[in-house]
Amino acid sequence: MKLIVKGGRVIDPANGRDGDFDILIDNGVVARIGKDLPVEGASVFEIKRGWIVSPGLIDIHVHLREPGQEHKETIATGTASAIAGGFTAVACMPNTEPVNDHAGITEFILKKATEAGRARVYPIGAVSIGSKGEQLAELGEQKHAGCVAFTDDGRPVATALLMRRALEYAEMLGVPIVNHCEDPSLKGDGVAHEGYVAARLGLRGIPGEAESIMVERDISLAELAGAHVHIAHMSAQQSLRAVRAGKDRGVKVTCEVAPHHFTLTDDSLDGPVKYDTNFKMNPPLRATADRNAMLEGIADGSVDVIATDHAPHHIDEKMVEFDHAPFGIVGLETAVPIVFDRLVHPGRISLTRMIELLSVNPARVLHLPGGRLDDGAPADLTVLAPDLPTTIDAGKLVSKSKNTPFDRWQMVGGVIATIVGGKVVYRNAAID
Amino acid sequence: MTTSAETPTAAATLKSRHLLGIDGLEADEISLILDTAEAMKEIGGRAIKKVPTLRGRTVVNLFFEPSTRTRTSFEIAEKRLSADTLSIATATSSVTKGESLLDTVRNIEAMSPDMIVMRHSSSGAPHLLARMCRSTIINAGDGMHEHPTQALLDAFTIREHKRRLAGLKIAIVGDLMHSRVLRSNVALLNTMRANVWACAPATLMPSHIAEFGVHATTSVDEAVEGADVVMMLRIQHERMHGHYIPSVREYFTLFGLTPERMRRAAADAIVMHPGPMNRGVEIDSAVADGPFSVILEQVSNGVAVRMAVLYLLSGRDSMDPLDVH
Repeated sequence: MKLIVKGGRVIDPANGRDGDFDILIDNGVVARIGKDLPVEGASVFEIKRGWIVSPGLIDIHVHLREPGQEHKETIATGTASAIAGGFTAVACMPNTEPVNDHAGITEFILKKATEAGRARVYPIGAVSIGSKGEQLAELGEQKHAGCVAFTDDGRPVATALLMRRALEYAEMLGVPIVNHCEDPSLKGDGVAHEGYVAARLGLRGIPGEAESIMVERDISLAELAGAHVHIAHMSAQQSLRAVRAGKDRGVKVTCEVAPHHFTLTDDSLDGPVKYDTNFKMNPPLRATADRNAMLEGIADGSVDVIATDHAPHHIDEKMVEFDHAPFGIVGLETAVPIVFDRLVHPGRISLTRMIELLSVNPARVLHLPGGRLDDGAPADLTVLAPDLPTTIDAGKLVSKSKNTPFDRWQMVGGVIATIVGGKVVYRNAAID
Repeated sequence: MTTSAETPTAAATLKSRHLLGIDGLEADEISLILDTAEAMKEIGGRAIKKVPTLRGRTVVNLFFEPSTRTRTSFEIAEKRLSADTLSIATATSSVTKGESLLDTVRNIEAMSPDMIVMRHSSSGAPHLLARMCRSTIINAGDGMHEHPTQALLDAFTIREHKRRLAGLKIAIVGDLMHSRVLRSNVALLNTMRANVWACAPATLMPSHIAEFGVHATTSVDEAVEGADVVMMLRIQHERMHGHYIPSVREYFTLFGLTPERMRRAAADAIVMHPGPMNRGVEIDSAVADGPFSVILEQVSNGVAVRMAVLYLLSGRDSMDPLDVH
């Protein structure tokens, strides 16, 4: 079974490759990359002028909700959403029911992912049993079962001592700790960024410092432990300052930013539809200065990864009072258009940097295969169309949940096709 | 109707079919409500305090938070306008059975009410209803966000005494951070060009107060100095423990409104309180019951203002004239 991805610009930053190439795929792996490869015996995927062939995009912050919350998303629907968004692989968070704090649950997730046969799934296990922040989970067993990192996402690792031990232990295993940084006492029962908008709308605020205090703590602890900490969904300018300072002095700290945090601000809560719960996420949409800081950090290289924090919720859960709605929005299918429209086309980043943020670096941070097109590597590819007009239609999202703040947004840039293991698993129906 | 020279021109109608907050109301709409309330107040002085204006209309008072004053005030206002009214309090609703707010309201709507007056502990809850339901929604207090009829009755009371709002120094003192009364009053008084002084302990001051368009201070003396109106807000019992205030005693010492402090205010100043009052906490009884106090007038005026709001939102003005004279 041979497939040739013919023509088009291939950007493979990890191999320093950027030019018009054909990619021959044989038996699911990259067999050859070259100019004008012979097509005989292979089916042909024709790449049109202007399209880009990238190593498969990887989203390292996704909530697939299975087991336990299948009314929001399943591994099958979540990975269908991933490939529709151009992602060939996702790392899924452990805050399922039960929490993925055990090898058996990791194995279940991987089995379901194989059955679904869409995107690759890399489970991230819980740091502590039940993510309760008390006792370390069996990280070694979980890693053996397939976990690629550990986090108590949704909840921060609240005590410095547990975080220290987790970092030390995970470093021994060669995997990072991913932390949802948020000081629980400063967050309180906050539901929105602590700024003028929340103050006027009477919403309890979460200051940027709730995040940055723990970012600073974790960077110090990573330094102490000589371990790798990855800061999840960074949103506050103070956190970015802390990450830059940590990187400057050589601490193994990496970070990710979600598309909504470099696109939207808390002003959205006071938009045409006030208190729209599709603008409620944690960390919250912050002030313009924070949003702009995230754009800067992405442009100057301080930010390593763009990850969506895809957090599906059922409409019944979101159609309630703002205080009572769960935090989170879906993100897998809106990320690529937003990155093109908000980062690439305005000239903030190059196409190469886009692919680093969405493919090369996610693979590096979690030590995943992928992120590069080596001979013999699994043929995971994303075909992108920078000039494709894309309109987001929440009702038509592939994800089981439709909780997006980007409904009806018109953007330029989209996904043409997603190829996983040499198989075209997604093709944009709007094209031919 | 009487309108003083300083009063801005009143609008002919309200633009929105809901009253979700003061935010969004223009000065002429506020004047319309206050002018209409003057006519309504006259009804309350009659031997037979009832007009047929809302006959055949159904108003549901949906109170998801305990309230005596506001609920009673709305009920009396509705009855004086001859509306059929029904009040539902949380303890007797299906909310305790786990039903969502929208389902609760849609079930009520299936019985065709015309207006829903709602008090809810979550900011923005009435906005959700206004977006998803058919009825006219009147916000009777949502979380820490707004309490528009309170601000309107406060403005009405101030106007009765001062004949104007523009240019007055109005000090609002208390737990401003958690107060919907503050937010509605600031919106209203700024629109009507009064000078608002916001005074609270640093721990109970809303964040970003500088952007509210008020003079913020932690000194009561400074806030009260030369004030035409001193509005005291309640300190909730739950704030008296924990991080906000060390003790009730210290709060009264630093922020309590005493006769001595009132001597700094204008000679003809008025003292207001939306209730319920904590005597000896935010206000000394000598002030609460003293000559400056208009606290019970606020309660009386609340009925007239709510009648005005119900009437103006009922759409009756397009059908037949208001029978008040």
